Amino acid sequence: MKDFLTGNHAVAHAVKLCRTPLIAAYPITPQTAIYEKLSEWEASGVLKGIMMRTESEHSAMASCIAASLTGVRTFTATSSQGIALMHEMLHFAAGCRAPVVMANVNRLLAAPWGFWADQLDSLSQRDTGWIQFYCENGQEALDTVIQSYKIAEQVYLPAMVSLEAFFVSHFMEPVDIPEQEQVDRFLPPLDLPHKFDIDKPGFFVPVVSSELYRKYKHMAQESMDSVKEIAVKVDQEFKEEFGRGYGMIESVALEDAEVALVTAGSITSTARLAIKNLRKQGNKVGLLKVRLFRPFPVEAIQVALKGKKKIAIIDRNLSLGSGGIFCQELRATLIHSPDHPLTYSYIAGIGGTDVTPEVIQKIAMEVMSRTEPVDKPMWVME
Amino acid sequence: MIQPEQQPNLLRSGHAACAGCGLAIGMKLVLQAMGPRTIAVIVPSCEGAIGGVYPYTSYGVPTIHSAFEIAAPTAAGIANALKIQGRDDIQVLAFAGDGGTFDIGLASLSGATKNNEDIIYVCLDNEAYMNTGIQVSSATPSYAWTGTTPEGNPRRKKNIMEIMAAHYNPYSATATIGFPRDLQQKITKAKNIRGTKFIHLLVPCPTGWRTPSDISPELSILAVETKVFPLYEVEDGKRYTINYEPRHLPIQEYLVKQGRFRHLKEEQIRKIQRDVDEEWEKLKQRARPSPKTRAFS
Repeated sequence: MKDFLTGNHAVAHAVKLCRTPLIAAYPITPQTAIYEKLSEWEASGVLKGIMMRTESEHSAMASCIAASLTGVRTFTATSSQGIALMHEMLHFAAGCRAPVVMANVNRLLAAPWGFWADQLDSLSQRDTGWIQFYCENGQEALDTVIQSYKIAEQVYLPAMVSLEAFFVSHFMEPVDIPEQEQVDRFLPPLDLPHKFDIDKPGFFVPVVSSELYRKYKHMAQESMDSVKEIAVKVDQEFKEEFGRGYGMIESVALEDAEVALVTAGSITSTARLAIKNLRKQGNKVGLLKVRLFRPFPVEAIQVALKGKKKIAIIDRNLSLGSGGIFCQELRATLIHSPDHPLTYSYIAGIGGTDVTPEVIQKIAMEVMSRTEPVDKPMWVME
Repeated sequence: MIQPEQQPNLLRSGHAACAGCGLAIGMKLVLQAMGPRTIAVIVPSCEGAIGGVYPYTSYGVPTIHSAFEIAAPTAAGIANALKIQGRDDIQVLAFAGDGGTFDIGLASLSGATKNNEDIIYVCLDNEAYMNTGIQVSSATPSYAWTGTTPEGNPRRKKNIMEIMAAHYNPYSATATIGFPRDLQQKITKAKNIRGTKFIHLLVPCPTGWRTPSDISPELSILAVETKVFPLYEVEDGKRYTINYEPRHLPIQEYLVKQGRFRHLKEEQIRKIQRDVDEEWEKLKQRARPSPKTRAFS
């Protein structure tokens, strides 16, 4: 069924369709609409389950982890300061191998205060052991939440679905809401092997030796690596059931491109338009969209960018003292590339500033004319 | 009816608590009264040491060693998941120390209590951060020595029972290991109440209180008899019941046995006595005359 929805409401629909019975949340702009919509459905009985209205995001995540380990599917949504407050529990969720799914609306981190789109909040959590997706629009956010459950519940790692503040969370777009029977066919009920067993008392999260800790982390790394394959398979199954697929990355007009742009999130939509305009003008510019950030799809990106000489990475985030975070990852991915591509880092859209097609076209044209490497990130200040 | 003391022991021996640990005695009594249909939450504290190092554990019920400040929301998450699964024969018990309750976990305890989550929360109060080696918490009594109050604690102990009562939760009670039957009766009562139940359990700590290891139960009794720690219940935040009429022993009898109070001046002792008497009068005014007042000794 098609409906006209905000990204936030698209996410809420996904959670309902996944029959998630336990939701724990705390309000924060611009995520609150997800919490409110799910609360409304919980109160009216449309959503069969329990909404835990916790006193903080930290406790919301604590409750999700605990409920997950009791064997039920869980969800929370947060943003910005909320995900920062959760930080301790994000590590804990991954360590407990709890397949919690969370939507994060990318909002800048204070100080100073603001509510605008910026990916630093979730990218700051890149080492917490969560699977991370970055979505371009509401439809993709809805579909990715459903996919995330199927992935997380196979590898027993938590998954985070990010959508940008306002550009995605609040803009209304036509969204195809899947039928309940389709989702039921696609997503089996949660069957967690390591849950509390009243008849066989076990001790969760014990103190372990150094060697055991190392072994445990190694096992988690193997599970996280396996996501790359599983996510592709789940995406294919999703396409068969729902007619939509995204891939872990997406290549747009890359084949003959002299300059490859790399984007994640909503800037990708704008970049699609910019590429069309550039192509019309005869400029060979292509686009690589990165949808899966953790695990980083290294091998797929190496294949997609094979032979490219110039790459421009546009980051709506900044690691102070370093640069754009997607750029860091991409440079690390291409370090052994025999093509030795020139990689240019552009910081654009920080703090929710607008990134128009013209801005992206300008970046592409600038890179076209560049011949020397630039180590430092270049700021787009218009 | 099976009496709590007839139930199996669910805290196995071989754990790493110090000799004479009041907290281990408290946990043992609580778990015994809870029975095997219990899922327990512990947090970083001496409870963790008692839990043991993998692959060994002392706990005889399914237990999770959660993070420091989240005993209540962890227990609440489990309780709600059990409700969703229709498993209403399993109780969820949260253990946290005084640091995990009075300090770092206060907001999350308040949040869970506000929602009246169906859990039994037991605060094992040994009146300082003992697992990290005796640092002051907001449960540390006036003038007590700790590693971070070398001159004595300048502030009074926080009144956690009043904070809980302000939530209008169905049941809160004080208890201590020197009155084991009272403690186990309170746990049994809590098991039959739906909503957030809070037990403030005073557990003497020989290591941190600077006392011999064989007087923890005696100190626990003295805490009650000197009115330092009255035994009472609060129902729905308003109905107060004093469970035991203390013998009104002078405060010195309690203080003199503990190294942490060794440095106290006469004037400080008098101040503690005044505070204790004042609190007792306040409590008496709140409490209705109780037909249940009983003696244990």
